[in-house]
Amino acid sequence: MKTKTMKINKSHKFNSFDFITYLFIIIAFIIVYFLLSGGKLNNQQVGWIIPVCCYMTMAISLNLTVGILGELSLGHAGFMSIGAFTGVVSYIAFSEAIPNTVLRVVISMIIGALMAAIFGFLIGIPVLRLNGDYLAIVTLAFGEIIKDIINCLYVGFDSKGLHFIFGAFSKKTAADLKLADDGIVIINGAVGVSDLKLPSSSIAETIRANAKASGTKIKASVAKLEGNTVMFIIGAVLVLVSLIIILNFIRSRTGRAVMAIRDNRIAAESVGINVMRHKMIAFVISAALAGAAGTLYAMNMPTLQSTKFGFDTSILVLVFVVLGGLGNMLGSMVAAALLYILPELLREFSTYRMLIYAIVLIIVMLATNNPLLKNFISKICSGIKSIFAKKNKKAAVADNISGGDNNG
Amino acid sequence: MDFLKYLISGVSLGSVYAIIALGYTMVYGIAKMLNFAHGDVIMVGGYISFCAMMYWELPIWVSIICAVIVCTVIGVIIEGLAYRPLRQATSLAVLITAIGVSYFLQNSALLIWTANTKSYPSIFPGNIELFNGELTISVVSIVTIAVCVLIMVALTFFTDKTKIGKAMRACSENKNAAQLMGINVNRTISLTFAIGSALAAIAGVLLCSSYSTLIPTTGSMPGIKAFTAAVFGGIGSIPGAFLGGILLGIIESFAKAYISSQLANAIVFAVLIVVLLVRPSGLLGKKIQEKV
Amino acid sequence: MAKILKTKMVPVPSKSIVPERDIDKKPVLECHNLGIDFGGLRAVDSFDLTIGATEIAGLIGPNGAGKTTVFNLLTKVYQPTRGTILLNGVDTAGKNTVQINKMGIARTFQNIRLFNNLTVEDNVKIGLHNSVRYTTASGILRLPSFWKKEKYAHERAMELLSIFDMQNLGNWKAGSLPYGAQRRLEIVRALATNPSLLLLDEPAAGMNPAETADLMETIVKIRDMFGIAILLIEHDMNLVMGICEGICVLNFGKVIAKGTAEEIQNNPTVIEAYLGKGQVQ
Repeated sequence: MKTKTMKINKSHKFNSFDFITYLFIIIAFIIVYFLLSGGKLNNQQVGWIIPVCCYMTMAISLNLTVGILGELSLGHAGFMSIGAFTGVVSYIAFSEAIPNTVLRVVISMIIGALMAAIFGFLIGIPVLRLNGDYLAIVTLAFGEIIKDIINCLYVGFDSKGLHFIFGAFSKKTAADLKLADDGIVIINGAVGVSDLKLPSSSIAETIRANAKASGTKIKASVAKLEGNTVMFIIGAVLVLVSLIIILNFIRSRTGRAVMAIRDNRIAAESVGINVMRHKMIAFVISAALAGAAGTLYAMNMPTLQSTKFGFDTSILVLVFVVLGGLGNMLGSMVAAALLYILPELLREFSTYRMLIYAIVLIIVMLATNNPLLKNFISKICSGIKSIFAKKNKKAAVADNISGGDNNG
Repeated sequence: MDFLKYLISGVSLGSVYAIIALGYTMVYGIAKMLNFAHGDVIMVGGYISFCAMMYWELPIWVSIICAVIVCTVIGVIIEGLAYRPLRQATSLAVLITAIGVSYFLQNSALLIWTANTKSYPSIFPGNIELFNGELTISVVSIVTIAVCVLIMVALTFFTDKTKIGKAMRACSENKNAAQLMGINVNRTISLTFAIGSALAAIAGVLLCSSYSTLIPTTGSMPGIKAFTAAVFGGIGSIPGAFLGGILLGIIESFAKAYISSQLANAIVFAVLIVVLLVRPSGLLGKKIQEKV
Repeated sequence: MAKILKTKMVPVPSKSIVPERDIDKKPVLECHNLGIDFGGLRAVDSFDLTIGATEIAGLIGPNGAGKTTVFNLLTKVYQPTRGTILLNGVDTAGKNTVQINKMGIARTFQNIRLFNNLTVEDNVKIGLHNSVRYTTASGILRLPSFWKKEKYAHERAMELLSIFDMQNLGNWKAGSLPYGAQRRLEIVRALATNPSLLLLDEPAAGMNPAETADLMETIVKIRDMFGIAILLIEHDMNLVMGICEGICVLNFGKVIAKGTAEEIQNNPTVIEAYLGKGQVQ
């Protein structure tokens, strides 16, 4: 019995890499948690945390489309945008129905993800029929269309419910929403979302109020820190859940079918895999996760315009994916964190920072694609692998499993 | 009359797109890469001609030639330094490098010329009035359309009839086979980038003199739209780029005038999507089917 | 060397011939008047073929005769311009490649088409896609059905790989396998889809004589193990004449001869098609 389970574990060769991915991310989050809750981070650094979580989620979700499904998407920010604005609307709309801020943020994220998934499905119908660069340009087109449409959208909320108007064909203002006296304008056309009361400060307020009720006093800064910590935990959970969804997906029947389509569509069809269906599943999951990331992003921004989620943001995330390695989730997340923080660290060089970023980007691409360097890296990798293989061999001998199957 | 006015402004805008798209399509045809930095070469062309005219007080024609020369050199340098080492790399790696180059050009421009809007002088001032003043057409539009047609004819002649043009077409079909036939592939690709960048410089001058504003991101949106135009007409095809550019300009102009100015870009992109669904490789693109 | 099959081919009611042992069973494949035009070119024309339930059949012909096109028609990579294809007695008109595979045809490709970045085992598991099923959600949530089915898929994949003695290569990347092993893996992957008719497109291409001999034995073994019919395209006449019970010769898109190995070898039209007219003495 024991030998049998050993054999099955062996068949999932990449699980060891998945394990490293989980381990690395969890350790990183624990470190950040202690730094954050211990008050070791300055305001600027605290401000990075939620966007980094969002971009990590964005990166792995785009990696699902680009690395696993093998289709270049240049409009991923569009799904982030849908998630962001849907999330804000539901966050405000539910402010009375769900008083608990954390629960409300989570539900908004789910709604944001669902909305993005629906749009992912609708957009997927035309997009996934195309191939290669044509598919890429159409995703770009959809990203821009989403941006422009949200730019013309007015949404308000009052006691009667949500009000929508679309101000593209004639000049409209928020006043045209005809809100009741208690109404709030949530999305104000091109101005977007303004003066959103951030969940972190709502949480901080609740903590102070609770403390007051029980007769103790908590400093505003401490409460604020608590609020930020709670939001970080939500962000970390989002990244982890996304990671679990994606990795489990890849190592399942459907994920294998998706990778089969990527590697050879004609062969995949010949073994009875429905290409459109599987492409769609991957695309929708990718869109949904981007939507959830978008909601979280919006929850950290007091003001938000749809122009934030244009072509540049799509490209930014694509850079994370390519630099992190196609299909390599850990790489995507590390690249997202580093490349988000790098330009922030370079802020003191102000005008030079984006120039430095551009040069770093070009040099990294040239270096990683240099045949000499590539050989060198692959040699190191195989060296590391052989060390592991030796260990495995020892373990195998110890377990008395004879295997002439070491392929070296 | 309004219709005619919008049509002409559409064709004029489309001509600019067409000139940029020709550069895109030639580079794509031969290097099989999406050169996202192409739009920023337009911007450089705009700035160089601006400087030549305003700071160095050169005559207009000399300024334009200056812009063309500088852009051609930049195009060749970009190709040699950034793209040539990646000839064997995946198309995604090249794409990201192109984006890096695009950032580099934009931020260099930001450093050199700051983010302040420069107001570009109108180099072809004046209007032509027709039908007793009911229809006014700016000279810039006419010049733009004429230049575009001229370039299109010249390029078609160049690729069809000259030896170098044939070498270009051979490289875009099959680089290895072309090399075996004694064609210097690297030099041919460099030449293509040179031509594309020279076209971008001309497009930059025409674009700026129509819109009269110049900032470091001036080239981005026209670049993306021209890319759309190239795909629209069938990427890799020179007549396709021309047709795509003109049609895109007309659609944009009409959408702005008759539907919604805020949604003009969205409508342009929506039309692209519809066209690609009906003809998956663009209007004049070749359909390539994978052999089983 | 594989045993030379001595099969008596007998006519079935529809005037076609199948091996004697398949006479009472429904033929696995019946093509009537199958044809396709590419523009003005009649790539395949009036193609008739019947394959018995457990027959090993060969499709031969000079280069460019339309053999692979016939495979593409059978698997609906191309939709035929005319004619009917009955698979186990069911008309396949209007079906697509995926449905054809579900109906029971699996194939390999002349230019090997593996999922190169996936492991050998995953390649076979992808072949099992439609027979070992669980939902995407249970895969993501790792519900019990996932573990049960994955365990079964692993065992089944290993079992199938052991036909070619490849069970030890499970963790190799398919693209890094040697050429012959890639061809064999393609056959295993096709078998995993549980077909009733297996189409092999030049299975021995690029193999040395010893490997070819092995392959011949394995093809017969596969037929006997799974009780399926096999149609193969092959240029290696030793293989074709050695194991094919019925042989169909194609030239310029048309069937020029059908029969057993012996009949084909002595057929003057076939010799002419292969060697040209002047050579025939």
